[in-house]
Amino acid sequence: MIRVQREDFDIGAEIAALTAGKRAIGGVCTFVGLVREIAGDRAISAMTLEHYPAMTAKELERIEAEARTRWPLEATLIVHRYGRLEPGDRIVLVIAASAHREAAFEACHFLIDFLKTKAPFWKREEGSEGGTWVDARAADDTATRRWTRKTERPQRKRRHAAE
Amino acid sequence: MKILYFAWLREKAGRAEETVDVPPGVATVGALIDWLKGQGEGHKAAFADPSLVRVAVNQEYVKLDHPVRRGDEVAFFPPVTGG
Repeated sequence: MIRVQREDFDIGAEIAALTAGKRAIGGVCTFVGLVREIAGDRAISAMTLEHYPAMTAKELERIEAEARTRWPLEATLIVHRYGRLEPGDRIVLVIAASAHREAAFEACHFLIDFLKTKAPFWKREEGSEGGTWVDARAADDTATRRWTRKTERPQRKRRHAAE
Repeated sequence: MKILYFAWLREKAGRAEETVDVPPGVATVGALIDWLKGQGEGHKAAFADPSLVRVAVNQEYVKLDHPVRRGDEVAFFPPVTGG
């Protein structure tokens, strides 16, 4: 399930709603992204997230579907906020639930890595010297490529399927 | 053809979207960028460094050789920074 919204989210309520009645779930892994007060060596007073609504929905659904082909997942949720946020505010929530912890951990990690390099969101940070669009980080591309290599090891998937 | 601009490309182009009628020779994303560059100083600035521009046609990532046709929604934006 995916949601893109201006409003904040309640992590506990989201986990409870996602897992309610799904008794096959044995492990839930959650990632929450927050707005930092420092970017590099610059103090940030606020951040505005812009996105491309029609494409954001498509990309997030694609990323989620891809995770479900790679791991035996019982439930997944991506919630991403847009609009103006301040340091300490929650930006993104990723939840992956599976029978076993390994799939939940890996899928959660995969989802946030792919989201960061594929989903069409852009951050503009506001500091004392005005606003700046955040540059994409090469480290994020490297993080995503790690998962590309993983698909070349199909024995990993088969082992999950046999569990 | 509907053109969308996001983030700093929107600011440089001076618009979030526009509808354009391109000449018949403009059949790929690359050719569309070259044509748009001639549409004003803002457009020229937005596309000054093509290595910083990502493109989606009908909400799917594409490369410069991807075809464009009447009725397409073509979006230009910088590398994404969500999450």
